[in-house]
Amino acid sequence: MRTAWRILVVDDEPVMCESLAAWLREDGYHVDTAASGREALELSRSTEYAISFVDLKMPGGIDGIETMMELKKLQPEASVVIITAYATVDTAITAMKEGAQEYIVKPCNPQEISLLVSRIIKVKHLERENQILRRRLTGRYRFHDLLSKSPRMQEVFQLVRDVARLRSTVLIQGESGTGKELVARALHFSGDRAGKPFVGVSCAALAETLLESELFGHEKGAFTGAVSQRKGKFELADGGTIFLDEIGDISAKLQMDLLRVLQERRFYRVGGAEEISVDVRVVAATHVDLAAAVREGRFRDDLYYRLNVVAVHIPPLRERREDVPLLARTFLERTARELGKEVDDLSEDALRLLMDHPWPGNVRELENAIERALVTSRGAVLTADDFAFLRVPAGNGTGWTVPTHLPLHEVEHQVIAATLKRLDGNVKETAAVLGIDRSTLYEKLRKYGIER
Amino acid sequence: MNGVLVVGMGAVDPDLVDEAAAAAALWGPPIERIPPLPEPEGARDAGRGQWAAAPFLKNLNAALPAGALRILGVTERDLFVPVLSFVFGQAQMEGPAAVVSLARLRPEFYGLPPDPPLLRARARKEAVHEVGHTFGLVHCPHESCPMSLSVGVWQVDRKGEAPCRSCAALARGRAERARRR
Ligand SMILES: [Zn+2]
Ligand SMILES: [Zn+2]
Repeated sequence: MRTAWRILVVDDEPVMCESLAAWLREDGYHVDTAASGREALELSRSTEYAISFVDLKMPGGIDGIETMMELKKLQPEASVVIITAYATVDTAITAMKEGAQEYIVKPCNPQEISLLVSRIIKVKHLERENQILRRRLTGRYRFHDLLSKSPRMQEVFQLVRDVARLRSTVLIQGESGTGKELVARALHFSGDRAGKPFVGVSCAALAETLLESELFGHEKGAFTGAVSQRKGKFELADGGTIFLDEIGDISAKLQMDLLRVLQERRFYRVGGAEEISVDVRVVAATHVDLAAAVREGRFRDDLYYRLNVVAVHIPPLRERREDVPLLARTFLERTARELGKEVDDLSEDALRLLMDHPWPGNVRELENAIERALVTSRGAVLTADDFAFLRVPAGNGTGWTVPTHLPLHEVEHQVIAATLKRLDGNVKETAAVLGIDRSTLYEKLRKYGIER
Repeated sequence: MNGVLVVGMGAVDPDLVDEAAAAAALWGPPIERIPPLPEPEGARDAGRGQWAAAPFLKNLNAALPAGALRILGVTERDLFVPVLSFVFGQAQMEGPAAVVSLARLRPEFYGLPPDPPLLRARARKEAVHEVGHTFGLVHCPHESCPMSLSVGVWQVDRKGEAPCRSCAALARGRAERARRR
């Protein structure tokens, strides 16, 4: 186990180099030596060293500190120990500020150096073990880009695996931020259609006429602005999968058009006379309760049954809190790498805070929270303080000054926009919090031009 | 002769060289005592008041007759290697020569009264340790094994002189291979 670690000794004096190398070899390490900074960098390009001992004063070319800084660029994980004489201890302390792990003054006490080496190696061991363990764990809980150890999500993964090879239409229901598109992608990429296109459309983003041409394409001159013929998403997805997100938001006319496509797998481009037939698997998703929308007469029941052949329910994050630490650590690792921050863990109190948070915006909110905490954090570990922004209670009356001389519609506009934003665009929750029903909320969103 | 030579270097109590020789025999190959060698010239570092270990190893290599496996020198001098403040001994990994210094094994070095049995025990352990390195053994994680690392006498006293099972087995294989070569 121990022999897996390699150590590099860099010193222009051969006797220094060799005596330290010999001593470390007796301790069971593989040791390479370099007589200059240049040689050390050459070696580090091809070999990974757990520790590099670098002499501070090397004549000509690059000195010890420069060598250390270049080594760190090549191998950020490597620990550098500066070797120095009494006369240059001050410089060695500067080296520590530049990222040296430790310094030793030669001639060095054997006990000191032995403790130093074993301490660094022990940390490396732990890091390596943790990494292996973590990779093994996340591997077990990973399904495409989804990560969960909750039994309910494992059932979702299994269902997706079971139906991936079929052409059956799938309806994915879950609150916003639960990863509906990721489930749709997993469905596509674990089936026979994986090599064919996966085309996503957000039905809520577009006005009715635009959405129609987006889905089915249009002929030249079909409407003002249709300067050339254009293929729709259904055609583009031929052989593959079309993912219709926010299906609960489409108009009555589009509901009818979609129903026809689902029944016949044929349609006309907008303004077209030629019938187009496609082989497309339809996966639809919604964060609204479609069954309720059917009962309320806002959604066609025949379309609902066509869509709901296979139903996938993604539980909200607050119903699978066991996933919070797993997801938080995964997001932390990834985002820290992207931001170039050396933060590698969450403190106990931070985890507790995250576990207790209701996460109305679900996994996406958690991901955003980790990113936000990382951006402002200073330590190597994220603490509860880094997540202070989560503690602000939503809708709590304190600290709010009632504005006067403001048109009432403006107050309504602002309250709706702010609430919706705080709840990550979740219309259902926003309506509930504001004490109005969803159709009213939709109406007001349209009226004030509030985007989700 | 196919064994390990043991030799005093400079003025050394022959009884202590005998102790070292008897202990080195624990590794298996036959042991032979040879007449003392002089101290290497120029090994003393006036600034440090110590002797460099490398010239001792060099002279031991020169004194090794054809056919002998290994050679262990025993000295009273306080040895050092350039990067370290002192060493109890020094060996060539899988090489033929090793040297043990008695200077810091003596309780007197630490201002304590002489203790001949303790000194003999320490000399035996360090002889086993350095010869073990010449058979390619690295430091052993078992604290009671003489191949465990000692950076202070308390660690020398903590360990025994008989190698642990894995070190013994490893050394036997290495010694066997060295003999065949
Ligand atoms: Zn040793
Ligand atoms: Zn051992």
